[in-house]
Amino acid sequence: MSDVPMLEMRGITKRFPGVLANYRVDFDVRSGEVHTLLGENGAGKSTLMKILYGLYQADEGEILLNGEPVEIHSPMDAIERNIGMIHQHFMLVETLTVAENVALGLPSDRGFRTDLDAVSERIEALAERYGLSIDPSAIVWQLAVGQRQRVEIIKALYREANLLILDEPTAVLTPQEVDQLFVTLRQMTADGRGLIFISHKLHEVLALSDRITVLRQGHITGKVPVEGATRESLAEMMVGRQVKLVPDKPPVEVGSAALEISGLRVVGDRGHETVRGLNLEVRAGEILGIAGVSGNGQREMAQAIAGLREVTGGSIRIGGVETTNLKPAEIRKHGLAYVTEGRLRDGAIADFSVSENIMLIDHADPRYLNRGLMDFRAIREHSQMLVDQYAVKTPNLETPAKNLSGGNIQKMILAREMSGTPTVLVASQPTRGVDIGAAEYIHSRLVQQRAEDTAILMISEDLDEVFALSDRIAVIYEGEIIGIVDPAAATREQVGLMMAGVRPEA
Amino acid sequence: MNEFFTQAILIATVASGIRLAVPLLLASLGETFGQRSGVLNLGVDGIMLLGAFGGYYTVLKTDSVWLGLLTGIGIGIILGLVSAVISVTLKAEQGISGIGIYLFGLGMSDLLFQKLVGTPRPVSSFPKLDIPGLSDIPILGEMLFQHSMIVYVAFGLVPVSMYIINRTTFGMNIRAVGENPEAADSLGVSVVRTRYLTVTIGGTLAGIAGAALAIDLGIFQQNLTNAQGFIAIALVYFGAWRPAGVMGGALLYGFVNSLVLQFKTLGIIPRSWSDIAAMAPAIITILALVLVARRFRQPAALTKPFTRGA
Repeated sequence: MSDVPMLEMRGITKRFPGVLANYRVDFDVRSGEVHTLLGENGAGKSTLMKILYGLYQADEGEILLNGEPVEIHSPMDAIERNIGMIHQHFMLVETLTVAENVALGLPSDRGFRTDLDAVSERIEALAERYGLSIDPSAIVWQLAVGQRQRVEIIKALYREANLLILDEPTAVLTPQEVDQLFVTLRQMTADGRGLIFISHKLHEVLALSDRITVLRQGHITGKVPVEGATRESLAEMMVGRQVKLVPDKPPVEVGSAALEISGLRVVGDRGHETVRGLNLEVRAGEILGIAGVSGNGQREMAQAIAGLREVTGGSIRIGGVETTNLKPAEIRKHGLAYVTEGRLRDGAIADFSVSENIMLIDHADPRYLNRGLMDFRAIREHSQMLVDQYAVKTPNLETPAKNLSGGNIQKMILAREMSGTPTVLVASQPTRGVDIGAAEYIHSRLVQQRAEDTAILMISEDLDEVFALSDRIAVIYEGEIIGIVDPAAATREQVGLMMAGVRPEA
Repeated sequence: MNEFFTQAILIATVASGIRLAVPLLLASLGETFGQRSGVLNLGVDGIMLLGAFGGYYTVLKTDSVWLGLLTGIGIGIILGLVSAVISVTLKAEQGISGIGIYLFGLGMSDLLFQKLVGTPRPVSSFPKLDIPGLSDIPILGEMLFQHSMIVYVAFGLVPVSMYIINRTTFGMNIRAVGENPEAADSLGVSVVRTRYLTVTIGGTLAGIAGAALAIDLGIFQQNLTNAQGFIAIALVYFGAWRPAGVMGGALLYGFVNSLVLQFKTLGIIPRSWSDIAAMAPAIITILALVLVARRFRQPAALTKPFTRGA
C-alpha cells in the first residue's frame, strides 16, 4: 500500500444559483479504508459525489486519482477510471434481467449481439466471492430490495470498481441485511478497494467507518478518525449545535384504546392483499411505533385507517366509533389526524401557499367562512398562529410550499394535523429526509402530543427513531403484526429478526 | 360457380387486407422503436404525408418507384431528426410537439402538391413479385406470396425489429433508456444518442410508409393518409410495444378495412352508409385498444424528456 491516496479531491467548490453547494472541500480515500461522508440533507455530500462521478463539474478544485490529476466529465469517465457508485435510489431497469442490467453500457464479446450467458457466468463468480447470491436471469422487478442492492454492487464490481461510492446504502435494508452488507463491504476493503460511505445513521457510521468527514452547508466542519467519535459529537458537527438524539419522554398515564384495528384486510396497488388480518390497538397517551421493512403493508394500513383505501375485511374504530370505510372527511371528524409519508405527494400541495396548505382540512369550517365565502382575515390569523407555534420557517404565508425545506414542510403539515387536538394521530415516516434539527423538533412535538392524550401510531423505517420514541414497538411483516415488544427490553437484533419474518418465541 | 366466386372474394379480401396493412405496419414498427426508448412521436402522420408526396412526385418525374421510395426514406430521416431535436434536445412536451410536425406535414404536402402538380395524375405502382415456388401454392400462395416487394419488406421487418430489440446491445439500450434513463445514463449509455437513433428510425419508417402508400395507390391527394399515422401510434399501444403485437394490430386494421371495401363493392353496405362504414376500422381498432392494451405496462419513461442529474 503506497502513501498516495487512491482519491484526492482538493479545494472543490460548486455553486448553483443562489446556493453554495461545496466550498473548498478537501476529501481523500486510501486503499482499503471506509471513509464516511456525513451531513444533513443539502449539506453538499451528494453534490461532491456527483462531481466525483461526473454528473456535475466542479467550478473550482481538482481531482487526483492515485496522485494523477484527472478530469471526469461523465459517468462513463468515472467508470473507466474504476469508480463505481451505488445510488440511494437504485439505478436499475426493472423490466430487464439482472444480467442485462449488469451488461448494460458495456461492449459485448459478440459485437452487435448481446452475450448474456458469459455475463451471467462472471456474475456468479463475483457473487460467490463477495457473498452476494443472486440469479442472473431473474427480472429485477421480481427481486426484493436487498437483492436489488446486491445487483447494484455486482454492477460496480463487474466494472472493476476500485473506488466505490455508497450513497445511503442501508436506508432500505433490515438490520440483518445491513450486517450482511457490511460483511460484503469489509471483504471489498480487504481486497484493497476504497469505499466512500454516505449515511446519516450514526451508529452505522460508527460501526463501519475508518475515517469520517462531516459537511455542513457545503463546508467541512469535521474530519475525525472513528476512534473517539460518538453519535453526539458527530451530530453536533452536522448541525452546529448540541442535539438531543433521544427526546425526553415524561411518563404519561396511558388511557383506554383510542384506535382499535381488528382483522384488517386491505388490497394494495397491484391487486394483491397487502394487509392480511392485522390486529392492533393504540391507547390514548402512548406512541406505538410500527417497525418493518417498507412494502409490508404499512402504507396500505395507514391509508385504510384514513379512509383513503378500501377496507376489504375487518374493522377500524376510532375513539370507540366504527370508522371502517367512512369517507376521509368523516373519519377526520371522528378525531383522526394523518401525516402521510409523501410530503409533497399527498401531504401538501406543492404549488399552494403555506396558508392554503394549512387550511386544506379546515377551509369549510364555519370559523373560516363569512357568508359562505372564505374569510381571509380569519384564515390568515389562524395560519400565522400555527406557523409561529410550530416554528415553520417561511418568508411569509403566501410562499408556495415547494419553496420550503423538507423539515419545514413537515412542520407545516404537523401543525395542520395537530391543530384540532386529534384523538388518534397516524404519522408515516414523520422525519424521513428531514434534517436532524427539524427531526428533533418533530420528535419533541410528538412527545408533547402524547402528553395531551393523543394516541399516536408512528410508522417508520428508521429503527433509531422507533426505539427512541415508542412506548411499544409493533413489528409488521407481510401485512400482519407478528409481535409487539417493549423498546426498553428489546434489542435491535430481536426487532430486526422479526422484521425479516421470524416470529418471537411465545 | 357460386363457391368459386366466394373463394375468389375471400382470397382477394385477405390479400388486400395484407396490402392495406403495410403502411400502418411500417409506421407503427418505427414508432415502436421510438416509444420503447421513451419518445412518443405524434408527428407520424405528418411525416407519412410528406413521404407520400415526395414518393409520388419522384415517381411522377422519374418513373422509378425505387427512387420514389428512396425519396420517402430521405424525407423520413430529415423529419425524424427534426422530431428528435424537438423532443430530445429541446425537451418539448411530446403530447403537443408532434401535433406541430403533423400539421406541418399536412399543410406542406398539400401546398407542394398544389404548386408542383396541381391536377392529380396517376403514376406507376410497385411491380408484383411472385415468390418462386410459394406463390404457386393454391389459395395461400395467392393470398400471401403474390405481392409487391414492399409488402415482403414490411413483414420482414417484424422479425428484424424483434431481433434488434431483444437480442442486441442496441436493443437493450433502447429498452433501458425507455424504462429508466437515469440508470442507463449512469452506466454510460447515451440517452440522447439512443433516442436520436430510435426517433430517426421511426421517422424513416414513417417516410417509407407514406411513400409506399402513395406509390401503391399510384396517386396523391390532400390528406392522403387519412390519419393512418395516428392509427399507427394507437397500434403501438395495441401491440403492447412489441413488433409481433403491432403486426397483429396492423393486420386487424387491414382486414377490417378490406372487408368494408369488399362489402361496399358487393353492395352489402348501402351507399348511404358508406361514410359510416369507412369509420369501422378506426372504431374497431380503438375498441380493441381499450380492451387489450390495458393489460400491459407502457415504458416507464414514455414522454418524459431526460435531463442528467435532475
